[in-house]
Amino acid sequence: MSLFLVLEESGGKISRPSWEALAAAHRLAPAREIVALVIGAETEALAAEAATKSVGKVVRVEHTLLAPYTADGFSTALHQLIQNQGPTQWVVFPHTYQVRDYAPALACRMGQVLIGDVTGIEDSPVFIRQLLQGRLNGSYRHRGDGPCFVSVQAGAFRADALDAFTNPGPAPIEVFTPTLDSAQIRTRPGKPFRESAQTVDLGSAERIVSVGRGIKSAENLPLVAALAQALDAELAASRPICDNGWLPLERQVGSSGHTVAPRLYLAIGISGAIQHLVGMKGSACIVAINKDPDAPIFEVADYGIVGDLFEVVPALTEAVKAG
Amino acid sequence: MKIIVAIKQVPNRDAAVRIAAGGKWIDENDLEWAINEPDAHALEEALQLKEKHGGEVVVVSAGPERVAAILREALAQGADRGLHIVSNDLGARDALGVAMLLAAAIQPENPDLVLTGLQSEDLGLGQTGVILAEVLGLPHSTLILHIEKTNAGVKVKRELEEGWFQSIEMPLPALLTLQSGGNKLRYATLMGIKGAKTKDLRTVSAAELGVDVAPVLTLEQISAPKKQKSTQILAGSPKEAATALVEKLKTEARVL
Repeated sequence: MSLFLVLEESGGKISRPSWEALAAAHRLAPAREIVALVIGAETEALAAEAATKSVGKVVRVEHTLLAPYTADGFSTALHQLIQNQGPTQWVVFPHTYQVRDYAPALACRMGQVLIGDVTGIEDSPVFIRQLLQGRLNGSYRHRGDGPCFVSVQAGAFRADALDAFTNPGPAPIEVFTPTLDSAQIRTRPGKPFRESAQTVDLGSAERIVSVGRGIKSAENLPLVAALAQALDAELAASRPICDNGWLPLERQVGSSGHTVAPRLYLAIGISGAIQHLVGMKGSACIVAINKDPDAPIFEVADYGIVGDLFEVVPALTEAVKAG
Repeated sequence: MKIIVAIKQVPNRDAAVRIAAGGKWIDENDLEWAINEPDAHALEEALQLKEKHGGEVVVVSAGPERVAAILREALAQGADRGLHIVSNDLGARDALGVAMLLAAAIQPENPDLVLTGLQSEDLGLGQTGVILAEVLGLPHSTLILHIEKTNAGVKVKRELEEGWFQSIEMPLPALLTLQSGGNKLRYATLMGIKGAKTKDLRTVSAAELGVDVAPVLTLEQISAPKKQKSTQILAGSPKEAATALVEKLKTEARVL
């Protein structure tokens, strides 16, 4: 029985979430049973990088029709590979936008359902994933025969734990060429683009004051902007604020916006849905101000004030100025 | 263009949720419900396409009797017909089981386009739409912000990570899952609410659709998340709490 681990590329290297998925894979199978997959039109360099990690084998799933990414191309190629390689117990992915786009279809082709966005793996195994925007956890179990498909939330498993595994030498590399026809690929993807030039660099900000739904309307934003100014911090926001056009998209923190890790992150009126948390939970010091004591943001906060932001924020601005 | 929009009723975003006895799901008594936000954006996109190109918008939802509320709301906003798949044990199905139910109801309609939200706010599986595309044999794309009809099919704007986007073209029929925020949601007008009363809202039972598959995944238990950090809650009046926080940030966290 083997475990397939799907690795993704970012900037010519294997992406960090892919290594976190490898750390999760180690919870499910010994390293020698892990087959790492690199998928694309040219995968040689990625395969060489993967072979230095604690995996049993690397397979290059290579075809000219696998670049650029399409759901049809990736599902078809991986389906063929899994059927070709004998009994499979696990197929593990990083939970990225790309994986979300095709892994459920791939699992469906094999009569399976992906256990998506997993944050923990407990014994026997039970998979933990979040429910109700992070307010509760659910424990899931896979039933019956056939491979179990699992995708792993970014940041949930530690890639640096991989250093503890020592490799006797690079893992062997094989090439798998799927049978693909251009007629099987029904979508025509264009090149990625950005909407506008960047005027702020949230990634390098030392302090960030971030605002969410709790602010209620654009007219109330100056309240938060004043606090940001007093703290010499950049102003940022959760998704709904940018969706409403109250702040530009370039100030959005979260999975669809920026990932930040400042020394101080102040979350104001942000409940803490996982899409936001993945973008900021690496911050050194997190402060949350929210009226709901059960808001998930408090799970990652170092300091919290439970209260009405319209009272707390002006008081805080005054306290910062006074100090 | 005939567009089917699959929508889901979920607990209201601000509703307090309690774990039900038995620990397998939340207590649904006295819960307030709402249409899943990304599904509302899918409906809005469908209504805008209909306004531009004509055709029909059919909303479909699966669940117990309470689900009819969001279907009526969609009809009041401008959808032409509703289809309610009545099921009292939807929670016993996994995403494949739910998608097969939806597929059985949608297939006879022969739509040009099937739209839904990218994920639900309760289970957050984010895959019912993709599985539905696979079961219906349709090309698909996810995280869509905008749909434009072309001569050959549709051209969509897809959200990528870290502020990037991409255009994708595909033929019809197709299935797309919508991300929140790509369009501005409308409110139902008084006229719309009145008009919805005479619109066709059909019910079909899950048993009639005859798709019973044993689940591959089961949700065994739900629980409150363990805290990742020990949070110091600063109590007192807003002024006291703010002063205490500034003190902590200076002397303890040393970030000021």
